[in-house]
Amino acid sequence: MDPKDIIKPENLVYRKSRLMSDNVFNFCPGCGHGVVVRTIAEVIEEMGIEHDVIGISPVGCSVFLYDFYKFDVVEAAHGRACAVATGIKRIQPDKYVFTYQGDGDLAAIGTGETMHACNRGENIVIVFINNGIYGMTGGQMAPTTLEGMKTTTCPRGRDVRTMGYPLNITPLLAQLDGVYYVTRHSVHTPANVRKLKKALRQAFENQRDRKGTSIVEVVSNCNSGWGMSPKAANDWMVENMFRKYPLGDIKVDGKLVMDMNAKR
Amino acid sequence: MAKIQGAVTIDNDRCKGCELCVNTCLQHVLGMSAKVNGKGYHYAYMENPGACTGCTNCAVICPDGVISVYRAKVGE
Repeated sequence: MDPKDIIKPENLVYRKSRLMSDNVFNFCPGCGHGVVVRTIAEVIEEMGIEHDVIGISPVGCSVFLYDFYKFDVVEAAHGRACAVATGIKRIQPDKYVFTYQGDGDLAAIGTGETMHACNRGENIVIVFINNGIYGMTGGQMAPTTLEGMKTTTCPRGRDVRTMGYPLNITPLLAQLDGVYYVTRHSVHTPANVRKLKKALRQAFENQRDRKGTSIVEVVSNCNSGWGMSPKAANDWMVENMFRKYPLGDIKVDGKLVMDMNAKR
Repeated sequence: MAKIQGAVTIDNDRCKGCELCVNTCLQHVLGMSAKVNGKGYHYAYMENPGACTGCTNCAVICPDGVISVYRAKVGE
C-alpha cells in the first residue's frame, strides 16, 4: 500500500499536542528538553486541564516556554520558580501550577527557594531537568556536574577537592516531610518517554488531590554542552550519568522507596 | 490475513536533523535526506516506507515534534 493511501486523518495515531504553538523550539538538535516540553503538553491535553494550568519558567534553557505553549506560562527570575509558584498556587488554589527548571536553576541559585517550598509542602509540581551543565550560558560547571567531567569552567575535569562533589538533590528533597512524590526518569528511549508521561500524570493527579509537592526529575543530555552528537550524548548519559543519578521512584505516596545507601 | 502498515509525515522545515528517530526505528524505515532544509539541516525522510508498522517510536522520541504517525489495516 502506498504511504499516500495511509496518510489520512482517520488513520492518525500520533501527532504533536494541540497545546503546542507553531514556534520552533530554541533547543539544540537532539536535546532532551524538547521531548519533556512536548510530553508535559500531552499530559495536560489528555487530562483536559489546559484552561486551569499555569506553568512557571525561570531562566535557563526553559526560559522561552511561554513561546511554545498555548496555555499560560509565567516567567520567573533565575532560581525563583518555586517562590513564584507558591504565590500563584496560594492565590488560585484550584489551578494546576507547575515549574519547569534546569539543574543550574533548581540546584544552584534556587536551592533555598526549592528547599523551603518543598518543606512547606506547597501543592505544586516541580519538573527538574538534570543535564549536569549550564546549557544556555555556554556549558559552565553546575552543582550536578559529574566528578572528572569537563566543562568550560573546569576544562581539566571537575576536581572534587576544590570544586565539591556532584549534588544529588532530589533524594535530599525527598527526605522533607512536605514532599509527597519524587521520581527520576530520562527521555533517551521511547519506553523511557512513556514512563515519564505516566509519572507526570501521577504528579498532576497528586496536585489535584492536594497531596503536597511532587517532583519529577528528568536526567537529560546536553549534546552541545558536552560536545557530542545527540546519539553519543545519550550513550554517554547511560554510561555515566545513570551511575550517579539512577532512574526510578524515590518517594511514592509520601514514603521513601529508594535505598539511599545502596552501592552504585 | 490483515496486516498493519504505517506511514509517517515529517515537517521538513522544522526538522533539525538530530537523527534520534533514525536510530530509534526498529524497522529501519527512516533515513537522512541528502538535501538540506532552509536552516541547513539534513532532514529525516521515509527511506523504506513499506516496512513501517506505525509503532510511533520515532514520533515519541522526536525532540521537535515534527513527526505525525498514521496506521491502517491493509490486505483484508
